[in-house]
Amino acid sequence: MTELTDLGIAAIRDGVRDGTFSARDVATAFNEKVSAAKALNAFLVETPEHALAAADAADAARAAGKTLGPLAGVPIGMKDLFCTKDVATTASSHILEGFVPPYESTVSQNLWNAGAGMLGKLNMDQFAMGSSNETSFFGNVISPWRRNDGGHAPLAPGGSSGGSSSAVAARLCPGATGTDTGGSIRQPAAFTGISGIKPTYGRCSRWGTIAFASSLDQAGPMARDVTDCAIMLGAMAGFDPKDATSLDLDVPAWDRELSSDLKGKRVGIPKEYRVDGMPQEIEALWQQGVDWLRDAGAEIVEVSLPHTKYALPAYYIIAPAEASSNLARYDGVRYGLRDLPDGANLQDMYAATRADGFGDEVKRRIMIGTYVLSAGFYDAYYTQAQKVRALIARDFDRAWEACDLLLAPTAPSAAFALGEKSADPIAMYLNDVFTVPSSLAGLPAMSVPGGLDAQGLPLGLQIIGRALDEQGVLDAGLAIEERAGFTARPEAWW
Amino acid sequence: MSEYRIQGATGEWEVVIGLEVHAQVTSEAKLFSGAATAFGAEPNTQVSLVDAAMPGMLPVPNRECIRQAVRTGMAIDAAINRWSRFDRKNYFYADLPQGYQISQLYHPLVGEGHLDISPDEKNPDATKRIGVERIHVEQDAGKLMHDQHPTRSYVDLNRSGVALMEIVSRPDMASPAEAGAYLRKLRAILRYVGSCDGNMEEGSMRADVNVSVRRAGEELGTRTETKNVNSVRFVMAAIEHEANRQVDVIEGGGRVVQETRLFDPDKGVTRSMRSKEDAHDYRYFPDPDLLPLELDEAFLEDCRASLPELPDAKRARYEGMGITPYNAGVLTAEVETARWFDALLEAGAAPAQAANWVSSELFGALNRMGKGIEDSPVAPAQAAELLSLVADGTLSGSLAKQVFEVMLDTGQSPAAIVEERGLKQTSDTGAIEAVIADVLAKNPGQLDQYRGGKQALFGFFVGQTMKAMGGKANPAVVNDLLKKALG
Repeated sequence: MTELTDLGIAAIRDGVRDGTFSARDVATAFNEKVSAAKALNAFLVETPEHALAAADAADAARAAGKTLGPLAGVPIGMKDLFCTKDVATTASSHILEGFVPPYESTVSQNLWNAGAGMLGKLNMDQFAMGSSNETSFFGNVISPWRRNDGGHAPLAPGGSSGGSSSAVAARLCPGATGTDTGGSIRQPAAFTGISGIKPTYGRCSRWGTIAFASSLDQAGPMARDVTDCAIMLGAMAGFDPKDATSLDLDVPAWDRELSSDLKGKRVGIPKEYRVDGMPQEIEALWQQGVDWLRDAGAEIVEVSLPHTKYALPAYYIIAPAEASSNLARYDGVRYGLRDLPDGANLQDMYAATRADGFGDEVKRRIMIGTYVLSAGFYDAYYTQAQKVRALIARDFDRAWEACDLLLAPTAPSAAFALGEKSADPIAMYLNDVFTVPSSLAGLPAMSVPGGLDAQGLPLGLQIIGRALDEQGVLDAGLAIEERAGFTARPEAWW
Repeated sequence: MSEYRIQGATGEWEVVIGLEVHAQVTSEAKLFSGAATAFGAEPNTQVSLVDAAMPGMLPVPNRECIRQAVRTGMAIDAAINRWSRFDRKNYFYADLPQGYQISQLYHPLVGEGHLDISPDEKNPDATKRIGVERIHVEQDAGKLMHDQHPTRSYVDLNRSGVALMEIVSRPDMASPAEAGAYLRKLRAILRYVGSCDGNMEEGSMRADVNVSVRRAGEELGTRTETKNVNSVRFVMAAIEHEANRQVDVIEGGGRVVQETRLFDPDKGVTRSMRSKEDAHDYRYFPDPDLLPLELDEAFLEDCRASLPELPDAKRARYEGMGITPYNAGVLTAEVETARWFDALLEAGAAPAQAANWVSSELFGALNRMGKGIEDSPVAPAQAAELLSLVADGTLSGSLAKQVFEVMLDTGQSPAAIVEERGLKQTSDTGAIEAVIADVLAKNPGQLDQYRGGKQALFGFFVGQTMKAMGGKANPAVVNDLLKKALG
C-alpha cells in the first residue's frame, strides 16, 4: 500500500470520508515526516497538535454522520506570511521574531473552517521578498531536488514561497499556502515540480496576511496536482468585508467543474516571452506545451504583449514603493523587535531596530521604494511605472480579443544552486520576468510541471487567464498535467 | 473690504489669512476600523487591531464618515467629487502606528465651495464670501503622554484612526475678526449638519493658520503656518501676533521664512517649530489597500435630503417674519438656540415678540445661571404660554418678568403661577379709579404742582397707582384713568 504521505489532497479527503483511513493516521504520518525533515529547513514552527486536533474533529464528524468539510482531515503547511492565532508569525524576519498574533488571517481561518489542520509554519523569503528563499532570517530552505550529476549542491526551492514548495515536493504536506506578489507561488512551484495557482487579485482576502505590496499580493495554493489546487483554492477564496480590495463574488466550484477538454478554446503564445538567452530546454518544453494543448482541443494563436519588457522594471518600482510604506509599521514601538541603545531617542530607536530587524534584501527594497516615492522622483518613477502597469493590462485586454488563455514558461531557468545568484540582485529579479506581467494585471495564473531538464530538475509551464477565469486556467493546467504525465519526485536524502 | 491694517514703521500692511480646519467627524466608529471614538476614555481602550497597525491589518472605509463629509460639503455649496481616492502620507512618529496617515492629497472627496461670514455681529447682513478650496477626509494620529513616567513616553492610540475632515479655505480673510467670524460660521454649519460637534476644548476642531503680510496691492508675501490652534480667540491672537511679527521682520530688513510655527497661548506669541528646509518628504502615493471611492446618485441624494435648514436660510426666514436682522443673527448663530427658537415658534409664539424675549429675557437668565439654552429650565412650550399671556393682556411686561422668575425657580407653568400667586393684571376701572382717588388725596402737594404745570409728575402718579395695585393694574388703563382724574 502507498504511504499515506504519498497521497494528495483529493485522495486524503476521499479516504477520510470513505473511512479508508482515519484523519488522525494521516496527520500523524505527516507530522512524523515534518519532524524528520529538518535538513530541508522548510518549517519554522511545527504544530503537530493543530493537525491532530483538526484530524480528530474530522474523524468525530464522520463518526457522527455529519457532512465533512471539503478539506476535512487534510493537514497542510502554512506560509509564515499568514497570521495564525497563538502561533508565532514572523514573515521569516528578525523584526517579527517572537511575534504571536492574537488573530487568525482570513485565508487560514477559511482553511480551518473547511476542515484542514496545520502541520506548521513554512519558511519563506523575508517579507516575501526573494526568488530563492535565501533572504529568510532563519536560514535557507533547501530544495528536496538534486541535480543528477551526483553532486550534492543544495538547490534553491524558489521563492518567496520556498518553504511551501519544498515541503510539498518532499511530501511533508499534501498542500501548502503560498502568496504571490510577482511570481512567489508559480516560480517555486516550477522549481520543485509541483502545481500552484495565483488567483485573480481580490479572490483571496489579504486580511491577516503580512503585506509586501498590497496591490499585487495574492494568496494561493501549492499542491501536487491541478485538482488539489482547485480544491484548496476553493476553500481559501471568498469575499471578505475586512479587505476593501476583496471581490464580492461567489466562489465557483472549480474542482467539480474541472475539464481537460479544451475544444473551442484559443491559447495565445506571447511572442515577447521568447527572451534572449532562454535555455533551449525551456523553449522545447514550451513547444511541447503548445502541442499538448492543441492535442486537448485548443486552437493555438500567436499574440503580442508589446509592453512585456517594461513589466519587470515597473514591478521593481511599484512593489518596493508599496513595501517601503507597508513595512513602516515595524518600528519597535508596539510589537516585535525593539533595539533601544543607551541614551537613544525615538529616531535612534527606529534606526537601530530597523537596521537590526530587516535583512539586506528587505532594506534594499525599502530604500528603492523610498527613493521612487520621494519628492522630485515620484513622477519619473512611480507615476511612470503606474502608466506602464496600465499598458501591461491593456496588452492583456487586447490579447483576450484573440485568445482565451496564454501559455508561457513559468521561469527562465530550472532551479539554481543556493548562493549562485544571491550576490546579484538583478539576476535574481530576472527570475520573475514571465510571472510579473500577469501580477501587474491582477490575472489568474498557474504553474504546472511539464518535465525535467537534462540535469534532472523540474521545469514548469505557466497558464495565464482572463480576470476571474481561474476555471479556464485550471482546465488548461489539467490538460497539460494529463499529457505530461509528470511523476518524477525527489529521492529522500534528508 | 476689511479695514484692518498693521501700522508698521514704514506704512500700512495688509494681512492675508487662510485656515485649514481639522474637524473630527461625528461617528460612532473610526474612519477605517470599527473601534469606538468616545472622548475621554481610558488610554488605549478605543483601539482595534487596525488602529494599532498590527501585521496584516487592513483599512475599510466607514461609510458614515464619508457621508458626513459629503453632507458638510453640500452645506457649503461645494462640488462633491463622485470619484476620490485615499493617499498615504508617510512619516515616522510614535503616535502614528502605520508609519503613514491615510489622507487624500490628489483627489479629495469635496472640491470648491464657500461660506458667507458676517465679521460685524451688529450688522449681520454685511457679509463677505470666503472660498473653501477643498474638504478631504483623513485619519487622526494617537497621542504621546510624556507625564506618566520620569524617563519614558507613553502612547495612547484612542484617537488613532479617528476620522477628520480637513477643511481648507482660500486665503480670503484679511483680519483676525474675519478669521474669527469664519471659524464661528464654519463651526455653526458643522453643528447644524451634525458632522462635527465643534468642541474645540476637546480637540474636535482645531485650525492651522496660514498668515502672510503685504503692502496694499502688492503680491502675496511668504506665509507661515501656525499649527493646531484650538480656540477662536487663540486663532485671532495668533494672527495678530504673527502678522505684527512678520511686519517687524520685513521692516527690520529681514525676510519671512516659510515655516511651521506653534502658538503659545500663555504668552500670546507664535514660535518657530520647523522650517521648510527640514520639512518631511511625505512620499504621498495612492493607498493600495483601498479602492477609489465612488459615490452613486442614490447616496448623494440621501446626503442631500438629510441636510437641515442651514444658518443663512434660517436667518433669512426669521427676518422674513419681521425679526430684526440682529436678533435673527443671534438666534441662528448656534444650532441649539435655533432649535429652541423654532420650537418656540412652533408652539405659537409671535416671531418678533418671541425673538426680543429670547434675546433679552431668556439669554439674560441663562447667562446669570451659567447655562446653555439646551439646559434651559424653561421649555419652549412654557415660554410660548408666557408670551401669549402677555399678548392677550393677562400679564404686563413687569408681571411677565415676575412670572418668568418663578418659572425658572419652580418649573411651574405660567398659568399656574398666575393663578396661584394672583399675579393677573387687572383692567377693572372701578378698582383702579378708587386707588387713583386715594393716591391723589394722599399727595396734595404733588397734585398742586402738576396742576400748576409740572407735567413730568404724571409718571409719579402712575408709579404710586401701580404700587398701590401691587403691579397688577393694566398700565394702559391706569394711564387713561389718571389723565381723566388729573383733568
